[in-house]
Formats: sequence, structure tokens, C-alpha cells
Amino acid sequence: MSKADIRWAGGPLIHARPEGVFAIGEAVAVGERELLGEVIRVSRERIVAQVYGDTTGLRPGDRVEGSGRPLSVRLGPHLLGNIFDGLLQPLGAPFEKLGDFRFKPLVEKGASLGPGARIAETGSEHRPLWLLVPPDLSGTVERIDREGAVALDKPVCIVRDEKGAEHELSLIESWPVRTLRPAQRRLAVDTPMITGQRILDSLFPVARGGRAAIPGGFGTGKTVLQETLAKWCDADIIIYVGCGERGNEMAEVLNEFPQLTDPRTGRPLMERTVIIANTSNMPVAAREASIYTAVTVGEWFRDQGLHVALMADSTSRWAEALREVSGRLGELPAEAGYPAYLSSRLAEFYERAARVETLGGTEGSLTLIGAVSPPAGDFSEPVTSHTKRYVRSFWGLDRERAQARFYPAIHPLQSYSEDADAFAAWWAHNGNADWPSHRRRLLKLLEEQARLERMARIVGKDALPPAQQLAINAAELVNETILRQSAYSPVDRFCSPARQTRMIRLVIRVIELGETALAAGVAPSLVADLPVMRTIKRLGEEVGEDNPAGFDALEREVEAAFSRLMRGEGDEG
Amino acid sequence: MKGELSVTGTAQSIEGPLLTLRRNVNAGLNEAVDIVSDDGRERLGRIVSLDRDAMVVEVLETTAGLELASVRVRMRGEPLMFQLGRGLLGRVLDGVGRPADGGPPVAAEVERRIDGTPINPAERALPRDFIETGVSSIDLMNSLVRGQKLPVFSGGGLPHDRLAIEIATNARLRSGEGGQFAIVFAGIGVSHDTAAAFREAMEETGALGHTVMFLNLASDSSTQRILTPRYALTAAEYLAFDCGYDVLVVMTEMTNYCEALREVSASHGEIPSRKGYPGYLYSDLATLYERAGCLEGRAGTVTQVPILTMPADDISHPIPDLTGYITEGQIVLDRELDHKGVYPPVGVLPSLSRLMDKGTGEGFTHADHTSLAHQLFASYAKAQRTRVLASVVGRSGLTEIDRRYLDFADRFEERFVTQEGRRTLEESMDAGWEVLRVLPAGELMRLSAEQIARNIDVAAPDAAQSMAAPGSVS
Repeated sequence: MSKADIRWAGGPLIHARPEGVFAIGEAVAVGERELLGEVIRVSRERIVAQVYGDTTGLRPGDRVEGSGRPLSVRLGPHLLGNIFDGLLQPLGAPFEKLGDFRFKPLVEKGASLGPGARIAETGSEHRPLWLLVPPDLSGTVERIDREGAVALDKPVCIVRDEKGAEHELSLIESWPVRTLRPAQRRLAVDTPMITGQRILDSLFPVARGGRAAIPGGFGTGKTVLQETLAKWCDADIIIYVGCGERGNEMAEVLNEFPQLTDPRTGRPLMERTVIIANTSNMPVAAREASIYTAVTVGEWFRDQGLHVALMADSTSRWAEALREVSGRLGELPAEAGYPAYLSSRLAEFYERAARVETLGGTEGSLTLIGAVSPPAGDFSEPVTSHTKRYVRSFWGLDRERAQARFYPAIHPLQSYSEDADAFAAWWAHNGNADWPSHRRRLLKLLEEQARLERMARIVGKDALPPAQQLAINAAELVNETILRQSAYSPVDRFCSPARQTRMIRLVIRVIELGETALAAGVAPSLVADLPVMRTIKRLGEEVGEDNPAGFDALEREVEAAFSRLMRGEGDEG
Repeated sequence: MKGELSVTGTAQSIEGPLLTLRRNVNAGLNEAVDIVSDDGRERLGRIVSLDRDAMVVEVLETTAGLELASVRVRMRGEPLMFQLGRGLLGRVLDGVGRPADGGPPVAAEVERRIDGTPINPAERALPRDFIETGVSSIDLMNSLVRGQKLPVFSGGGLPHDRLAIEIATNARLRSGEGGQFAIVFAGIGVSHDTAAAFREAMEETGALGHTVMFLNLASDSSTQRILTPRYALTAAEYLAFDCGYDVLVVMTEMTNYCEALREVSASHGEIPSRKGYPGYLYSDLATLYERAGCLEGRAGTVTQVPILTMPADDISHPIPDLTGYITEGQIVLDRELDHKGVYPPVGVLPSLSRLMDKGTGEGFTHADHTSLAHQLFASYAKAQRTRVLASVVGRSGLTEIDRRYLDFADRFEERFVTQEGRRTLEESMDAGWEVLRVLPAGELMRLSAEQIARNIDVAAPDAAQSMAAPGSVS
């Protein structure tokens, strides 16, 4: 292997004089402690490497040793349910102590296999995974172990390629972090990823294989929203990457997920989760790598034929790590000190979201959801504005809503989903053929509310014509009933598509009845004061999942209350 | 101290706090050095970059009086370390951990790196033990829990020091169990009178015996300010995780720390980011704030209450902005409330405690705690919007309900936020229910019908009586 001599050391970077050949992106071992590093610049006289560890004590003269291979991570069945650092080193039990894994061969000696073909079953009974032929290999099975429990790195199968070379495979696959994993072909996105959050599923949906961004200033609830999505979305696998975030949040996920169960499978949520933690006090270079590590893990599970959702919290910290390294390299800064390649790096990252036909011929998807932390909550800053160009769903968090503890604090007028039109068929198939018109109606009402409230600020709410007063009340009903949803309420933290549909139908019915009453001369304040309104505004809490009778009863109550109102009778609730 | 290797006459240049030396000894990155000048005065420094011929030392104290020919540099062969012992409690130290109270050196039991090491997230325990500070707007609405980092965002002239002293002396665990509290106070670039006031308050309440004070005064070297919180946190970690104390760390003023960081960064010739602060300000602050927490299977905890003043009261300034992204919430002091004579002037809407939902409610504090807090937030937010409306259309242009909201806002500030002396959580909750009675029950969407019946309606006759009061005031 090539070697080099350190000539300069400062911060997370070293300069070294090479003896032999180094490639860009090559993994190196730095100094006595063999810190992991990656070559980021090469010339005849000098290589520059960033070091993924504490550089204290490094000095000129220390050795750098090349590995001849790009910076890679180890992928395998051990990932599920565990926590790793930015380069996939286990943070819980060490790698050697992760135990043995199930191995059940699916092919026999002599079988001829192409890239992505299934060799054996592994993983748990509840979440089977497969040992696949790596993407860059095809050939015949020369030897294969019998069924049993095997250690992760034990060779279990030998494949001979066309040229006659033998390849030993174990349950672990090593893959370069910065290299895209290939698939057969990309598929169109036509299925929403159901998150169980009303404002997202019903107003601003994200596709399976889609990409979404959650920008928001501090304290607007990005992390809680990301965690909520990680808990309740209908993906098979969740990858939660904490990039430069708080250590306590990671502890929280580790503590909470094993106790929560997936509403679809009834299994502990932790069994479908991989946590990658690069907290804000860990080395900055590793923070830069952690995003790529996470996407690589996501693609590996996608290639297993699974639907994967990746939550990255926060992409701004990753961009800052880019900036920090770029600054130390003395590169010319572009906007706000970020390097000029910020935009292309963001594009590269989000482009790895996809719904694909895998090499093995199954369907898999990787959905990317990135939190963005704009300085001072200003969405015009470089990371947010570039991200906006590459995502299809944009969920802007609003400080004013957050301060009123109105969660999720997604602002309906600043958010959008470009994929919504593609999902009408899915909703029609799942019990709501009116979904597009419901959605448009709610959005229009919220838009109108903003306009009317501006006007009310000038003339006073009482001076508005009754129809407009009613519209404001209707929009408030939509906000309170549909958009507000407590992540901490055991009843309301998850809302199935069926319940969402019933809630929206009920709210729209109330609005229509209000309009009819108005046309008959009933004052809007009388409608707003109906006692049943209180129940409707707390609908998420009051009528839980699997309670159609609760909705039926409430619908009857609404009809009765309005007909009493129309007859001019007092309402006793 | 391992090496006693020292070199003389190798200094090449002194620029600001940076001393460049010819490299003729084998020293490593980040290692500590002592710089000894002709008059025998010693200064601390550390190696910030190295190449084959030269090494750059950051001098952590003033470089005035240093000259190239005679300066002697002693290599310590290890990064900056702090010698720790139980004798720290009750002592006053300078910004780099040397006795400043005229007492003897602290007997050392262990030696630790002042930079600490990142806590493995897998070894953290979840902070969830409620700390009662005695302040209603914190306890009820933005609760502090053991192991949290909850900064106070203040402004020049606001009573943040008084609030910090009250929190430090009143804080107690509700469970009654748990270890003893210890207080670590880090004064970063503070004036003599702030330092004296804090010390007096600690003496008066008898808390000095379980307090360690680190004082980097405004007149001390600004480079040294970068080290003061690190020494303080190293002491806090020792007291918590070695001795089992629940340590409350008060750091004031983080703005001075950031200014010092900017000064040093500029002298390194680094490319500045927003407002001239270095691009790594976030990472750097994180290495301090992330040193709060609880560990699985260990008794002690480190809770941080850093104090910073927002330049020009601007919460979007890089210092509060980046702090807010790292810490688990913030307590924001409001100048307008201060002008109204409200003490403590906590602006509850921009304030936040992220760990609140983990340590409050059923099984932790009180079953109705969280709902009541959410209701107060929602109502006060609406009341604030109504105030804006009223400033344009006047009180008479408002609906009856909106007028009630105006009354609610006044009463909330006068009777709930304003307080004299400490309140228990129960007293805070009573004050909360009491101010909510101004509003019709139909407006209280965050409370269940049962909670309203149990807490709001019970004292209805009394409520009707007191409801007349704010109306007549306005």
C-alpha cells in the first residue's frame, strides 16, 4: 500500500508527502492511532486528507497509510435496530459482539446468478432480508454453506465470475459511501407515502421514492416532526440520521422506539429502524460523510425490495461541515461563505431518492426527507433556497404557529407538494374519490382566510360582511380540526387515511351547513357558538381510530344542531 | 506534566495572540505549552498548526511584553489538562482554573482534558427529572429537567443575573430523592460587580459551600475566555460523574465567549461567516453545550443554564440563533415586560423547553400540567394577536370575546408571570387556572371537558367575582 509523510496538520486536515499512488476518495489510516481519513486532493508533491477523528497529537513526520480502496461502509442485517456513527461504526455493542445471524440458502452449488439475485435469506423472521449478489458481480455458485446461524463476516458463499475469479461473500457487503448503487430502472412515483399526519397526507403529500424538505427556524418543531414521521410513516425501513444534532435527541429515539409499536405490523418500531448519529460535538469531517453513509444504507435496503424512508436532521449542519472544510482548504467562497459546489452536492443527494425496479427485479423505494435549519428562520438563505429547487414537497415551519404551540407548525401557505395530482387515483382506490376536490377546497379556504384577516386588521372583524366572517370561522375550523395534530397524544398521533377522510368530510359538511344557515339569515356567530363545535374542534382527540360509530353519532348531532338552528330554536347541546 | 522540554530563541513572529516558532522539537497538534517571558511571567498557549519547519502557538493570555529573543517555550507534551478534586467546592478560581481567592491549590485526585470527549449517544440516559426553579413561567410553561441545556436569552440591562441567581439557589428536585445539587459558575468576561454580586448572593443563601466559581473578568485576556467554559465544564463533569452531584452550570456571558472566538479567528486569517464570526461557531458552541446530560447507570447529571445577551435584542443574531439550534430550548427575557415592571420578565411565547414533554405530566409532575401549559400558550398567543388588532381598530372595534382576550393578556402578565418569591408547581398551576377563568370555557380547546369541570368551574363564584376586576382596570 502507498504511504505518505505528514508535513502539515491543522484542524481536521493534514497535508502529506506521498510515496506511491493515492486516489481521490481513498480511505487512509493517519498517525499512530490509525485515524480514519479520506484523501480529498492529490498532486505529485502533496496529498490533502480530512481526518474523521480527534487530530490532537498529530505531528509532522507521522505516517499516513493508504488502503487502495475508497472510503466504504459495511452493510448487512446487523444494521436494523442499532445505532451507528457517521461511518457506520456501531456506537452500542462493538461490531464483533453483534452476534450470529440467520442464514438460509436459497440456491445450490452450480446455480448461475446475475447481479442482485437472492442467494440466501437472513435477517429476522419478522423482517427477512436477503444476501444478494453484489451489483458488480455475476457468475456461478462454487460453494455455499448450510442453513444455520453465522457470524457477520464469515464467508458463506463463493461465486466464480466469467473470468474464473472467485469471490467470497459474507452477510456483510462493503460499498463505497459516495457511489450510487445501481438499479434496473427508475419507476414513476404514483403512490403517496402515508405519514399518518393530516396536514401532510391530505394537503402536502410526499411520494414513495419522493423527496421532501422541512425548513424551520429553531424551536419550530423540525425534530419532533421528523421523529413523528419516523414513527408512523408506512415505510418498511426507517433510517434516522442525526447530523450535527443533539445527543439527547438520539438518546430519546433509542429510548422511545423500542417501546412503540408499528401500527401496521404490531412489532416494535426499533426493529425497522437504523439510527446514524453524528452529534454536534463529534468531528466535523465525519458529519460531512454521515449523509452519504445514510443514503448508501438506504439504497442497500431499497435493493432488498423494501420501501425505505430516510430522515436527515439536519442538512444545514451537513452544508456547514462542507463550508468548514472548504474554508480550511482556502477555496473561494460563494454565497454566505458556502462553497460554490453546495448546490450540486444538494442536487446529488436528493437525486438519490427514487422508486426503482431493483437489479433483482423487485420494487423498492427510497424517500428522502431533509430538515433544513435556516439561520434566523430566513428561507432565502442558500441551503433552503437551493434545497427548494430539488425537492418535490416543501413543508415550511412557521414560528408564529410554533409559539402558539400549534403543532405541527407547518404553514399551509408556504408549503407545497408537486406530486399531489399524481395521487388522486390512489385515494380513489382507498375510499376517497373526492380527495382532489377536498384538498383544493381546504387550500382555497386557508388562502382566503389570510386575505380576510389582513382586512379585519384594518376594519375590525365585526365590520366584515357575514359571509366573510363565516369564511374566517370556517378556516379556523380547518386549522383546529384538521391541521392541528398532537404528536404526543396517544389517540391522535397517528391518523389513518380512512379517519382523515371522515374528518375532512365532516368538516366540509359543517362548513356547507354553515353556508346554508347563513343564506337563511342566521348570524355566523350563532353557528360558531354551537356547543357541538367544541367537539368538532377537538375531533382528533375525541374520535380515535376504528371508531366509525363515533363519527356517525357526531354527524347526526351536527345535522340535528343545524336543523334546530334553522328553525330558530335554542340549542341545549 | 510529562515533558520539561523547553526551547529558547526559536520565536519567529508575534501577531496578535499567535506566536510562530521554528520547529525544532517534536510536538503534536493541540498540545499545551507555557510561554515564559524574560520577567518570569508564564502564559498558557496551545499549538494550533504545525508544518515541517514552523509551529504556530495560540497564546491564551495577553502577549504584551513578549519579545522574540528571550521568550522561552516549555512543551507540556499533552493537551491542556485540569487537575480536579473534591476540594473544588467552595473555591473561587480564575478563568483557567488557578485559585483566585488566596487559598491553597486544590488537592488533585484526577486529571482531565479540558476539551472533554464527545459523549456516546448510546450511553446517554434520557433527561426526564423535573427541576422546580420556583419561577412560574419556567416551571409550568417551559420546564427545566435534569441534564438539559436551557439558555437565558437576555438583553443589556435586563435582570438576567438576578434570575440566574434565583434559579441557582432555589432549584430543587420534586421527588426529594436524587443527589445533592452543586453549582458551577463560569463568569466569562464579566465585570467585577457582576462577579461580586453573584458571590455575595451565594454567601447569603449559604450556597457557596457547594459552589465553584470560575472568573474570567472583563479585564482579563480575551483569548483566555475561550478556555473558561471548558475548565468549568470539566469541573462540572467531574463533580457529576465522579462524585455524583447534580450539577447546575451557570455560564455568563456566552456573547463574550463568541466575541473572543471571533477575535482569535480573525487573527488566524480565517474566512469569516455571518457578521464576521467564524464558520465553525456552531460546531464550537456545540462542543460546550453538548457537555450537558445524564449517563446511563451514573448518579450525577450536568444541567446547563448559559446566559447570553442578544446584541440589539435581536434573536436572529448568529449567537442566539446558533445557540437555539443546539440547546434544548431557551428562556427569552422581554424588554417590554421589564418596562411594565413585570418580574421576572420572561417572554413566554418565544421561550421553549424541548424536554418539557419528557419530564412533565402524569407520572412526573401533575396530570394536568402539560394541557394547562398548552392552553396558556394558545390563549396568550391569541391574546397577543388581539392586542395588535386592538392597536389598530381600538378596543371598541373588537368583539366581546376579543375584549376578554385583552383582559386575559393583562391578567396573565400581572398575576401569573409576575411573582414575588418562589412558587411551588402547585401554586404556579393555581395561578394558571385562575387567569384562565377570564375566558369562556368554549375557548379552552386544549383542555378536555373533564379538566375544565375539575379545575376551571370549581371556583366559578370566585371567578365571577375576580372577573370584574380587569374589566374595570381597562
